[in-house]
Amino acid sequence: MLTEIFRNIIRFFLLVLVQVLLIKNIELGRFINPFMYVLFIIILPFETPKWLLLFSAFALGIAIDYFYDTAGMHSAACVLMAFVRPGILKLFSPRDGYEFGTQPTVQYLGIPWFLSYAGILIFLHHFFLFFIEVFRFSEFFSTFLRVIISSVFTLLLVVMAQYLFQGKKEQG
Amino acid sequence: MRNLVTFIWKHSFFALFLILESVCMYLVVQNNNFQRASFINSSNQVSASVLTTSKNIEDYFLLKDENEKLATENAQLRAHLKESISAIVNDLDSSKTEYIDPIKKTIYRQKYTYTSAKVVNNSTNRRNNFLTLNKGSKQGVKKNMAVITNTGVVGQVKEVSENFCTVMSLLHSATTINVLLKKDGSFGPLHWDGEDFSFATLSDIPTHVKLIQGDTVVTSPYSTTFPENIMIGTVDSYVQESRKPFFTVKVKLSTEFKKLTYVYIVNNMLKEEQETLENKSETDKKE
Repeated sequence: MLTEIFRNIIRFFLLVLVQVLLIKNIELGRFINPFMYVLFIIILPFETPKWLLLFSAFALGIAIDYFYDTAGMHSAACVLMAFVRPGILKLFSPRDGYEFGTQPTVQYLGIPWFLSYAGILIFLHHFFLFFIEVFRFSEFFSTFLRVIISSVFTLLLVVMAQYLFQGKKEQG
Repeated sequence: MRNLVTFIWKHSFFALFLILESVCMYLVVQNNNFQRASFINSSNQVSASVLTTSKNIEDYFLLKDENEKLATENAQLRAHLKESISAIVNDLDSSKTEYIDPIKKTIYRQKYTYTSAKVVNNSTNRRNNFLTLNKGSKQGVKKNMAVITNTGVVGQVKEVSENFCTVMSLLHSATTINVLLKKDGSFGPLHWDGEDFSFATLSDIPTHVKLIQGDTVVTSPYSTTFPENIMIGTVDSYVQESRKPFFTVKVKLSTEFKKLTYVYIVNNMLKEEQETLENKSETDKKE
């Protein structure tokens, strides 16, 4: 249990660093802005208390905001994402519930489950984030296009990251 | 109170979400210039639109006062028009050889003054139509003064009481106004034939005049009642009278007699002078 918390804390910092040092500097055009750091919220253990979920999402968002100079925007999107996570998990839960000690990852629940679960969360996060950033509805469709394309890229990165760290996960 | 606490405790997840989200939004609006500007902007727009609507409603109650004020002001402004001033006249004795101030040398003489009045009674559907105005002898209205609006001629004051006057409308069998065609100055008498309140008849226009539909008809300068160049209407159609070298012209009146609310009573200050002089020469002729 303690190692699990420790592992998550390390993952938190790792993801923030990857996001702000690596992904932030890759420019793939106006419509592609992947935010891979949300992986942290997606694969927090099932047993995480709800309040801790919100607070860790808030902390993650603040950390990203700090580097992106976008005070509050990422944290708002992350908190929203953490808020809907329990509901989405319930929606996609297997018939006999989640097994104790497992995590919401590809390794435990398979690709189709993970894609739909993470897809919805990432889409919500990006939707909220981009619309706060634009802060008006007059450019709705171009913003919406950005949301869709960026969500797909983020999902891709998130799934790839899971395969990269597959070995570690199975040990834990 | 305890119920409230239990309620919040029950929904602590949602409450916490709301609190954190509000903190985020606060940060967004506080620290990002664009979002702050558009937040303030849109909230200003909301309050401004509410205030504008209430002001619009309020304005309706003040319309009456406002109209009266405007009508009075218009009447004053009309007195400053070029047409209201007879000429630049030299009233000073020019035989004096000493230096005369060039400004004092020329003095404008006011010819017309205007009083605004409200129409309190009006008719258009009789053969002889009259209007009643809310200005009378107390306000300096006298018999035979001209009555106009900003769009054209209305009529002539017929009777005056202390606070009211009746106006013989242009739509009256006895009203005849001397008018001329603005484009070439050919003139003739205009009267109303009693059919349609938006048309009148102008006769005695010589046939050599090339009339076009839409030609402007204005009051002539020979009238002592009406100021010159007041709009009457436009040429609608014309026919040649049988075996006479004259056209009879149907004129579309520019004054909307159905919609009269505020009119101006015109006072010609030089009228008496002109009429006395003219009467004198008339009597001379007879002798």
